[in-house]
Amino acid sequence: MSWAAKDLGDWVETAKRDPRARWLGVALIAVALAVLPFVAGAVGGRGWVRIIDFALLYVMLALGLNIVVGFAGLLDLGYIAFYAVGAYTYALLASPHFGIHLPVWLVLPMGAGVAGVFGVLLGAPTLKLRGDYLAIVTLGFGEIIRIFLNNLNAPVNITNGPQGVNRIDPISFSNFSLAKPVEVLGIDVPSVHLYYYLFLALALLVIFVSLRLENSRIGRAWVAIREDEVAAKAMGINTRNIKLLAFAMGASFGGIAGGLFAGFQGFVSPESFILMESVVVLCMVVLGGMGHIPGVILGAVLLAAMPEVFRNTIVPVQQQLFGKIVFDPEVVRMLLFGLALVLVMLFRPAGIWPSTTRKRELAS
Amino acid sequence: MSAVDFEILLQQILNGLVLGSVYALVALGYTMVYGVLGLINFAHGEVVMIGALSTLSAARLLQSVLPGLPGPIVLLLSTLAAIPVCMALGYTIERVAYRPLRFAPRLAPLITAIGVSILLQNIAMVVWGRSYHSFPAYVSTEPFQVFGATMTPVQVVIIVVAMAIMAGLMFLVHRTKLGRAMRATAENQSVAGLMGVNINAIISITFVIGSALAAVAGVMVAANYSIAHYYMGFVLGLKAFTAAVLGGIGNLGGAVAGGLLLGLIESLGAGYIGDLTGGFMGSNYQDVFAFFVLIMVLVFRPSGLMGERVAERA
Repeated sequence: MSWAAKDLGDWVETAKRDPRARWLGVALIAVALAVLPFVAGAVGGRGWVRIIDFALLYVMLALGLNIVVGFAGLLDLGYIAFYAVGAYTYALLASPHFGIHLPVWLVLPMGAGVAGVFGVLLGAPTLKLRGDYLAIVTLGFGEIIRIFLNNLNAPVNITNGPQGVNRIDPISFSNFSLAKPVEVLGIDVPSVHLYYYLFLALALLVIFVSLRLENSRIGRAWVAIREDEVAAKAMGINTRNIKLLAFAMGASFGGIAGGLFAGFQGFVSPESFILMESVVVLCMVVLGGMGHIPGVILGAVLLAAMPEVFRNTIVPVQQQLFGKIVFDPEVVRMLLFGLALVLVMLFRPAGIWPSTTRKRELAS
Repeated sequence: MSAVDFEILLQQILNGLVLGSVYALVALGYTMVYGVLGLINFAHGEVVMIGALSTLSAARLLQSVLPGLPGPIVLLLSTLAAIPVCMALGYTIERVAYRPLRFAPRLAPLITAIGVSILLQNIAMVVWGRSYHSFPAYVSTEPFQVFGATMTPVQVVIIVVAMAIMAGLMFLVHRTKLGRAMRATAENQSVAGLMGVNINAIISITFVIGSALAAVAGVMVAANYSIAHYYMGFVLGLKAFTAAVLGGIGNLGGAVAGGLLLGLIESLGAGYIGDLTGGFMGSNYQDVFAFFVLIMVLVFRPSGLMGERVAERA
């Protein structure tokens, strides 16, 4: 179908076999990633660097969801709820709202932990049933978390309701705060750039963990469950615990990303965690290629950049054509996401950049 | 229990029955599709929404053409116009999004289902806009008293029509040839096919009937709350699904019982949660009940009140 993607995949495979080409590739990518914010900042201003920061958050989210949907084959439609749990954990424990100011190295793991616990609580009753139930329960859970966040401001004010929590502490390590620009070797490094490097480091960590998991005993167990649960059980896999582990792990990735979001943004409100956000992350995983890590990363980056591209294309085009904005870019975006989910499943179920094993399976 | 308390209780029960009849109608759509295909049709809630909004459009058109027409007739005619729209929609959804994936891995139709749902929501947003539309009172909403509780003619109509439709559906499924073919398909598709049942036609018909019920349910919700908007299908769909699971998914009688029960639980729960939690939670948590019920059913009795077992099929 799409020859470009196929050739790219083949080219990557060939390059992997040659050690020199491999090191060269890694070095090139490292340099490109290191200078990326400066290039983007010079071309499009701080706004673009911000978008790249968010793209990295989405990479983490998509990889977390990929563990659940891609590896273990469990459809989670309320994934953003774990992001919300992570974000609110950070917001409540590091802001003037309660007057608690815990350090980052404590709050982020706590966010991951709390999200993981929620994942287990949600997964435990549903994972022994058919996959469809999990989908609908997670869908409901995503809404319920939002209802609670919206309403837990009375009679005891916990989440500050629809106004959300603001003036959240920026991410800082002892005295070094990422919110203030620094000067390194005579170059001004603004705050968004600092966040970029932090998010990049954590995204790479998440990628590394995902890659190691994929080829581990656990990762193979997940894939076995996805392909045939009964057979997996017969092979001695404790399917319920392994599924629960996938769920908890995916949730904790979401929790970390949520904490970073809260620290970066300085403000969280229930509005950021609507159902559509879950669908966006799902779309990244499905479009990129379920279960294939590079594909998922590609999907996340592409779709995270899309709203910006749309704002710069759809709006002017409509102004030209109709003289006013007929279709809101956000609506167009969601229309395309819905369409993409259907079309990818119908015509290219392994995504735009499928893994080689998946390609072999589909070919046979 | 004082007389006032009793009146409040009666009021909550009446509200619950109205709500429950609507849930039951939508739940029937979920359960019928599940019965024949073993698939949860996520897009069903959106069909309800399209039903309500296209009825509204039809009614506005009708009133601009014939301004003197009495309200109930306007509503009846425009509902009759919206039903075929939803039937066509249901047919198309099955044909395009589910049929090609009937033998694909389980995850695939679930993902297309959520895709169709998002697609329909956004199409509705483009066609009808983001705003809430007030749904005019075509049937009188002038309240009257029943043993101290207040009821409106709309609510009476909702309960009566819902009961009539459900009785009709029961007759169709259990007493006609078509119904027998549907039950056979649900039992075992390939064997039913060997017996001369046209499986694809039966599955299409199931979707079409379910969508017609959804259209009627959509009009009922809109008329009851006097409001219609593009997002109304989502939460309603979630609750109706809960009702279907509560009654035992795949079981028609179960869907009706589950719907009525869920309506009562919600209405009584929202009415009394303030007292139960000492004022900590109020009626703004009404939407949480359905979800809580769903989790409890899945933990303690996954087969529902009167349903089949739902453990993972090989």
